[in-house]
Amino acid sequence: MIPPRSLPRLFAGSSDRPNSLAQHHEIFGGSTRVANPLEELRASGLLGRGGAGFPTAKKVELLRSQRGHHKFVVVNAMEGEPAAHKDFRLLSTNPHLVLEGAEALANLIGADRIAVCVARDNPTLVNHVERAVHERARQNSRGPAIDLHTPPWRYIAGEESALVNWLDGRESLPQFRRHKPSILHIGRGAALVDNAETCANVALITRYGAEWYRTLGTTGHPGSTVVSVTGAVVRPTVLEVNVGTPLRSILESARADTSPQAVLLGGYGGVWVGPELLDAPYANDVLGERGLSVGAGIVVALPRAACGLVESHRVVRWMAHESARQCGPCAFGLPAIAEDLAQVIRGGRDGVSARTRLEQRCASVEGRGACRHPDGVIRFVRSALTVFATDLDHHLAGAPCAGARSRQRYLAVPSLEKEEELVWE
Amino acid sequence: MGVIRRHGQFVIRVNPILCDGFGHCAELAPEIIHLDEWGYPVIDPTPIPLADVGALTSARYAERGCPRQALFIERLPDSETR
Repeated sequence: MIPPRSLPRLFAGSSDRPNSLAQHHEIFGGSTRVANPLEELRASGLLGRGGAGFPTAKKVELLRSQRGHHKFVVVNAMEGEPAAHKDFRLLSTNPHLVLEGAEALANLIGADRIAVCVARDNPTLVNHVERAVHERARQNSRGPAIDLHTPPWRYIAGEESALVNWLDGRESLPQFRRHKPSILHIGRGAALVDNAETCANVALITRYGAEWYRTLGTTGHPGSTVVSVTGAVVRPTVLEVNVGTPLRSILESARADTSPQAVLLGGYGGVWVGPELLDAPYANDVLGERGLSVGAGIVVALPRAACGLVESHRVVRWMAHESARQCGPCAFGLPAIAEDLAQVIRGGRDGVSARTRLEQRCASVEGRGACRHPDGVIRFVRSALTVFATDLDHHLAGAPCAGARSRQRYLAVPSLEKEEELVWE
Repeated sequence: MGVIRRHGQFVIRVNPILCDGFGHCAELAPEIIHLDEWGYPVIDPTPIPLADVGALTSARYAERGCPRQALFIERLPDSETR
């Protein structure tokens, strides 16, 4: 079987139903594997697709050096971001590619169990994965055991330590880790947590090798990546793109607004970028020079008609609500930041003082949570204040933009359970 | 409280999950820790030499005086700053 020359790679052979195991072997060609998967993984330079962009080979080596007989591979398909649909799309197109990658990772680190984690709030996806897992178990009884786990959906439940907490029988809340990088444990077994897209990429690398893998993408961020485009689009789209494609052509192929006011990169813990960066290549090594990253592959186009500050406030308020409320600075700080942002939007004399207070609070809360949730929100708020700076001045002067006055909203934000009560006691 | 070390540095760190904002640490080690507006500790991240006995003593008081046992002293080698 000749490996595909170009895109689609991860979405190869996509139809309206998830590919069965037989179809999977037909599309990706039998069961040929490279001779030395660890070497190939290292040479491929694969970066994790869950948002942090950590080199997968390093993570695998760290877990490989751990002792113990019962290690775990955790496939994270929780998809906490409301604007992301890539895990859903991937697992309902090529579920066996993800499972195969997880098996390859399990063989690399010597794990005997694979836990696939899918939010129970998406029954379609649970069905697809369940079917694929059963099909795999029927066809080959050897190899690591695959279990499907369905934690309830929360933004923070997809954080790796929260996921491991859940698998270990505790509440799905993030853990405090004294040293980083640290190794998470389920019971006494070390756990390798990888995003579903990372696993699918690992499967491709173990099939076709690093040299083939590196034919797409940039040197620092090889391969293809899956992008969820929402916001000012005809309909929310999930695309597989070559890493390094300019942002503008991603928007074009998703049939999105190609001259947006701003673009949100990397989800609700990500960064707003202005239209001047639309021609920048979509790759971690290029964006990293500007302190940006592709995150979990989320692109939200904000149309010119919208008010960026109002949209940001909705997101921040929801993110404050989604805090696990374990750490004081996050539980109290994020609602306070959301409230400050609301006051800035209302404008007037209170708005000016709220703006300085907002910046002080951002500085004081940053880096003081157990997980990166507050840091993500603060990064988001800071980028909103810089990208929508002129808009901000209008708001402070008491003349809010038309977008703020209209009722149309563009960012997907789930409704809060208790609208009025944001501060946690 | 132990021997005086000439080499090495330390930082106080807090486990934010355990911390409930009692505020004892800021009273026991005021030169290193102050409280934010919600009463949670803000710790000076710059490493302090272990030879600074006064700072180390109050850091140890803060560590042991924490009702939730959320503080810990982390020793760093000297070379990290050089």
